[in-house]
Amino acid sequence: MADVTVGVVVFPGSNCDHDTEYAVGSFNAVKPRMLWHNDHDLQGAKAIILPGGFSYGDYLRAGSIARFSPIMQEVIEFARKGFPVLGICNGFQVLLESGLLEGALSKNRDKKFLCCQTTLKTVNSSTIFTSRYQQDQLLSIPIAHGQGNYFAPPEVIESLEEHEQIVFKYSDAEGLVSDESNPNGSLQNIAGIINRQGNVLGLMPHPERASEKSLGSLDGRGLFESLFQHIAGV
Amino acid sequence: MPYTAKIKVTLRQSILDVQGKAVEHALKNLGYHTVESARIGKYIEVIINEEELQQAERICNEICQKLLSNPVMENFSFELEQVN
Repeated sequence: MADVTVGVVVFPGSNCDHDTEYAVGSFNAVKPRMLWHNDHDLQGAKAIILPGGFSYGDYLRAGSIARFSPIMQEVIEFARKGFPVLGICNGFQVLLESGLLEGALSKNRDKKFLCCQTTLKTVNSSTIFTSRYQQDQLLSIPIAHGQGNYFAPPEVIESLEEHEQIVFKYSDAEGLVSDESNPNGSLQNIAGIINRQGNVLGLMPHPERASEKSLGSLDGRGLFESLFQHIAGV
Repeated sequence: MPYTAKIKVTLRQSILDVQGKAVEHALKNLGYHTVESARIGKYIEVIINEEELQQAERICNEICQKLLSNPVMENFSFELEQVN
């Protein structure tokens, strides 16, 4: 059987695109394909990943300009049809700006760019992106961002909770979700959310940077495995 | 006659403005004890080539909502001035 194509979008300023390509390429039965921001063709991809970085230099607001790039019109259409779209870090910011996910990300509470290992709690393991994880499983996955402070109005937070759309929360090594384990000030320690239909996930941490033994953690692989199992049945 | 749109985009009060906080602390450190707070926003100038003020206003509103501000965390306001 031919390999299933996974599209990795490249915006000017993306800098985790090749890391993501490398991570995707390490799985059987899937093949990464880079998709240029100015193109309209998703090249038969069965899932799309928006990688981390600083698309369009983070000008105006992170993700705000990328959202209007030609390829994003196709990605939005693709997502609306129910196909899987994963946004990592800057990709999450693009998904929020495009309205595929609700809320916004503002500057980190402590003003600093944060680049460190975090512990994530898998608070919803029944999505197509987390089926390989156990409920409440703790994952060691790094973050690297200046604007990861998740915000949404109270009614949106309530709705996210009600529909189990919060997928990952920052916790401590024991799984305690508290202000001390919140690196950036995100409401409810939110690190990743999914849309109501369950096909669009955005998260600030970088699973592609926790996908190989030499990187210090393999915990990010489960996310890709879950997704690829869903699209390729592997 | 084109119009210059002078647009201000500000963070909503409920959003923590970390840049503003840093500036506020710096001003206090400089001895300006009557400074109560500082908040940082964006100022954007856009020239809109429209004859009618109403049409320029409509476009300005639209671009503010669509791209220049994020309604989840920002407010915007603008003034239009005719370019001579």
